[in-house]
Amino acid sequence: MSSPLLTQVGALAQRSVVRTARQPASAIPPLVFPVLLLLVNAGGLKVSTLLPGFPTDSFLAFALAVPFIQGALFSMINAGTDLARDIQTGFFSRLSLTPVRGSALLAGQITGIVVLGIVQAVFYISVGLLLGVRFAAGPAGIALLLVYAALVAIAFGGLGSFLALRLGSGESIQGLFPALFVFLFISSMNTPRDLIAVSWFRFLATINPVSYLIECVRSLIITGWDTRALALGFGLAILMAIASLGAASWALGRRMERT
Amino acid sequence: MARDNSIIVEKLVREFKKGPRAVDGIDLHVAPGEIYGFLGPNGAGKSTTVLMLTTLLPATAGSARVGGYDIRTEGSKVRSVIGAALQEAALDPLLTGRDHLKLQTMLQAVPKAERKPRQNELLDRVGLTEAADRKVRGYSGGMKRRLDLALALVHRPSILFLDEPTTGLDPQSRTALWEEVARLAREDNVTVFLTTQYLEEADVLADRVGIIDNGRIVAEGTPAALKAEIGRPSIHVTPVRDDDRAAITGLLERFGEPLGSERDLAVRLREGMGLVDVIRAMDADGVVVDDIELRAPTLDDVFLAKTGRTLEGAAAEETVAPSAR
Repeated sequence: MSSPLLTQVGALAQRSVVRTARQPASAIPPLVFPVLLLLVNAGGLKVSTLLPGFPTDSFLAFALAVPFIQGALFSMINAGTDLARDIQTGFFSRLSLTPVRGSALLAGQITGIVVLGIVQAVFYISVGLLLGVRFAAGPAGIALLLVYAALVAIAFGGLGSFLALRLGSGESIQGLFPALFVFLFISSMNTPRDLIAVSWFRFLATINPVSYLIECVRSLIITGWDTRALALGFGLAILMAIASLGAASWALGRRMERT
Repeated sequence: MARDNSIIVEKLVREFKKGPRAVDGIDLHVAPGEIYGFLGPNGAGKSTTVLMLTTLLPATAGSARVGGYDIRTEGSKVRSVIGAALQEAALDPLLTGRDHLKLQTMLQAVPKAERKPRQNELLDRVGLTEAADRKVRGYSGGMKRRLDLALALVHRPSILFLDEPTTGLDPQSRTALWEEVARLAREDNVTVFLTTQYLEEADVLADRVGIIDNGRIVAEGTPAALKAEIGRPSIHVTPVRDDDRAAITGLLERFGEPLGSERDLAVRLREGMGLVDVIRAMDADGVVVDDIELRAPTLDDVFLAKTGRTLEGAAAEETVAPSAR
């Protein structure tokens, strides 16, 4: 008799959350570092708001979107590292010997990441509200932001799982962290794309999907209900989620080479 | 209907890319309720065999039925009747013992009402009740191995694979694990397939032993039968001075065939020869020795007779030049 899918997913998601909660060194950086960077940038780059055409007079409100994506990157690396460690230690083989379905294994892992992604989002929103940021889209916008955070967590969690399943080494996953962070820095994280003066940088920021993920969050904070930004952000996140989950499923099938 | 908990293996092969045949056409038949000891040095093919029989590694050729199911085509059915504790206890250091059992009972579809009683029963059985709510990273090697065994038993498997379950354990933990494994076979009729590189473990625990070397089974039978095959005891002499070695070797060869031991001078006694004959000859020749010992045949002697090496020596060779995996 095989365990019902939901029971399997629930058990594995619970393990994922418990693991993270029990290692503060993994749980705290995704919460604290993005906020610290936010505060530093908000202080140092405040003058940017004086640029003609800058969409808000609060750089804090402008930059508050960035922690959502930074946090997702941290979670992706942590989740990928945990999964790779399971492979290295043989825990993955133990799971492979149970009737657990590959889809449950992946869903459990991703559900854990989503829970943590929502916790992070609540934390960033709370910090923003405490520091005086007013969300232009109102409470409904905040609720949508949480949904978006979950979607981004799925997209990045899938990517982390794919990398873990292919590389099978926690060290390799951690080694990718700087490379992935580059995508963040060549985006519109600190300046609206139309105000970037350097043409090559503006080009890279325009073709970088991370820009649109950030701008979707930003629109809810400083603009209100911007259909185009929301469509681009949600559309990209959905596409990324589909692609990363597909790739992770394929890699899982290869890794769970059971007969 | 009684479950078929036998293991039948025919000409099983596993080849790795650019490597030798890790398992080279082995045949095995493990009867229901039997403890089968799979003995061999590191790199002999023991773990590769276990991985194939537990469906975690496809076989290159040959066939095997575990619990009546084909490992190649009925993997999920095989997994439903087996439990396995693979090499190195695969545990999550951040979870407690109870967390592990909770996860395992859920994944193994133990009915909800039975999960907690089953967890408590297994914790009690392996002596981890008091440590149940501590994180595994604080467990000793023996505790981890016992938890590993409990996890393998969650779904009441009829066949248990234990891959070097006592490697690295202190004698007390080793004995405790042996007792539990023996109890499983005796009282619950669980078939146990146990790999080990410890002669004593195979000797004490196994009903039958298969000796594997370089992917091939070189001997198989009950420990007593295998030792009886060697038959005669051996004499081991430690000289007082190194200068006496040649003289003692010459004397010993009058009574048996040299064993090529690296630690002492040893011969397997010929039919009709005894310790008294050797001592009389030494006395007559005026040979003085530091120590002389009569040893009954061991499984190491069986390994030596079949492969020309001692198990210890074979393990050392593997350490120097591990086979490509």
